[in-house]
Amino acid sequence: MGDFTMPSLGADMEEGTVNQWLVKPGDEVHRGDIVAVVETEKSTIEIEVFENGVVDELVVEEGETVPVGTVIARLTSETTAATVHSPVLRHLAEQLHVDLSSVTGSGVGGTVTRADVERAGAARVEGAPPGTRPVPQRRGQRHRKAAERATGRTRSSPYARRLASQLGIDVAAVQGSGPGGSVVEADVRRAAAEPAGTGGPMAASVEAAGEVAASSQVGDKQAAMRQAVGALMARSKREIPHYYLSTTIDVAAAVTWLERANLERPVTSRLVLPALLVKATARAVAKVPEMNGFFVDDEFRPSAAVHVGVAISLRSGGVIAPAIHDVDTLALDDLMRALRDLVVRARSGVLRSSEMSDPTITVTNLGELGVESVFGVIYPPQVALVGFGQVGDRVVARDGMVGVRPCLTATLSADHRASDGHRGGRFLAEIDRLLQEPETL
Amino acid sequence: MSAATTPTTAITYREAMREAIREALVRDERVFLMGEDVGRYGGCYAVSLGLLEEFGPERIRDTPLSESAFVGAGIGAALGGMRPIVEIMTVNFSMLALDQIVNNAAALLYMSGGQFNVPLVIRMTTGAGRQVAAQHSHSLEAWYAHVPGLRVLSPATIDDARRMLWPSVCDPDPVIIFEHGQLYNARGELTEDPVTDITSAAIRRRGEDVTIVAFGGTLGPALEASEQLAAQGIEAEVIDLRSLRPLDSETFLASVGRTHRAVVVDEGWRTGSVSAEVAARITEEAFYDLDAPVTRVCSAEVPMPYAKHLEEAALPQPDKVVAAVRQLGG
Repeated sequence: MGDFTMPSLGADMEEGTVNQWLVKPGDEVHRGDIVAVVETEKSTIEIEVFENGVVDELVVEEGETVPVGTVIARLTSETTAATVHSPVLRHLAEQLHVDLSSVTGSGVGGTVTRADVERAGAARVEGAPPGTRPVPQRRGQRHRKAAERATGRTRSSPYARRLASQLGIDVAAVQGSGPGGSVVEADVRRAAAEPAGTGGPMAASVEAAGEVAASSQVGDKQAAMRQAVGALMARSKREIPHYYLSTTIDVAAAVTWLERANLERPVTSRLVLPALLVKATARAVAKVPEMNGFFVDDEFRPSAAVHVGVAISLRSGGVIAPAIHDVDTLALDDLMRALRDLVVRARSGVLRSSEMSDPTITVTNLGELGVESVFGVIYPPQVALVGFGQVGDRVVARDGMVGVRPCLTATLSADHRASDGHRGGRFLAEIDRLLQEPETL
Repeated sequence: MSAATTPTTAITYREAMREAIREALVRDERVFLMGEDVGRYGGCYAVSLGLLEEFGPERIRDTPLSESAFVGAGIGAALGGMRPIVEIMTVNFSMLALDQIVNNAAALLYMSGGQFNVPLVIRMTTGAGRQVAAQHSHSLEAWYAHVPGLRVLSPATIDDARRMLWPSVCDPDPVIIFEHGQLYNARGELTEDPVTDITSAAIRRRGEDVTIVAFGGTLGPALEASEQLAAQGIEAEVIDLRSLRPLDSETFLASVGRTHRAVVVDEGWRTGSVSAEVAARITEEAFYDLDAPVTRVCSAEVPMPYAKHLEEAALPQPDKVVAAVRQLGG
């Protein structure tokens, strides 16, 4: 560890501005502490730290805008020695295909020792499927160098590495000009002098955003937001084969239950229907897990936790979908509080990094505006988005009788790579069933 | 006094050393010079020429050809309150006195629980380049620099030849001074050199692209190489170690911190040399400042050849230093 980088607060984020540091060098930080306020094209977000340690250095100054992944601060973990591995250890880890950051040190002050790496290497081999065991290499074997190169290690001088991390440059991406193609100081300085994102797929949009940012402040922000939303939605439509389903749900039971439940609650903590809808969606995932998770690296990875992203429109224009965590296990009152808090903070522009980066499924509710149904665009890399329309009285035939009941249209946009229409239908039906038993939510 | 305005005259390294011995003999009556042929013959390298006539046989003493005996006598005299300067003809011959130097001179203060110090100065010639082959040409400074209890100096300039002896005579413990045989005829003007101590390294040339660490006989080739490099647009910083024990690592580490590259030039054999120690310290203490591996230019690991062209090929020459620097890239 050591490097604290500009986090990606959602798939659409390419860069962020450090608005404010809430810590200074020497401060002790703990997992979950808010250390900085970062402004993205969409909102202002409080950034949490994920490790315990001490702030060593703030690399990026307040007001500076840097691409995602740039080192913005350096931390020393509680066991400093454990984080700086010797060249010998790194070499050994590389030979054994062990990720050093995942090795628990048994040495003095938690230092990782040779034995730790060898143990991790052995465990790795035992756990590996047959045929993938690395062939043990004898010392001094001729092709070791070639193998090193094949593993993708970048040869670079210690000073070049130090400089690169100071300047927020990825050494692996720098073309080396030193002996044996190694990256040396001059290469890093050259890379630092080049504009950010050179040649990458992001370059065009970053530059475009930069151009947009040349005009006035407010117009700026909105244009950048528009651009960010646009880029993400275009990506979604380009990559995700959407399918759409819709169903009409009778919410009489839910509405009646809410009225009764709210009689016992003070005005400030009354429940509203959207809370029930979000909760029902989260619970329905248990029956149809193909709706909850991420599609990355050509495969669907279901998520055990259910973090529901709630689409919130901003008054200045644009939309964001921060997450409420573990909704499936959250009590309804807590969920209601979280929802209120989220809307207030989203609109005032102060969200937390984890809220922005990890929703596993999204709910959008345009009912308030009188919209009947919404077929949303999935937020990559998620695989499903549930939309709820306006609640309205409709003429309904039921049990051979005609009646007037409050209903809404629920829709599902789902990723065909992760699920099929049959499962999608099952999912909507489960939401419907849950909403008929609001007391269980 | 008009030292500042009087033009200084050029002198040789040999004359500077002789002047330094004269100064010691004049300033302290406990000082005497002892060694093979230092009296009647005027010194094997003519350093003490004329001193016998000036100071008499009591203070300029010829000795039998037994290094062990006259170094031992020097240690005895030092213990008895004298301030002897012992000359050994070459470092190769000093092997015969190694027991006296390492087991007695360096160790007595410790062995006596601090009761007996040994204020002895031993001067000896080192280095090759004069076609005197494998028994008179080696650079074994590293062997002495290895031993706690000794101070090991390597004056490489006229100024240091003139000014390092007196503080050595004043040192309460044994000091070994290495005089490179190739330097005796070097001629230059004494300056008001600000550096007159016997502990620090000196920056002989400022530069920001690479640090070249040298001492004794290799300072010349290092400076010559730095001139050639300057013509190619590379500014080398040249460090003269001056003292090999204790080693002033601060100076060269700070320099590497500025240049991020280091080449160490040493006339000793590479294995177990002073250059090995310098390279190790740079790697230990300035690793994250390095933009290239520390490189060394040393003598070929062979007994020094007699034939002129082979001897030249075996020694660290300026062109080898230039090549080493260029290989670092950047």
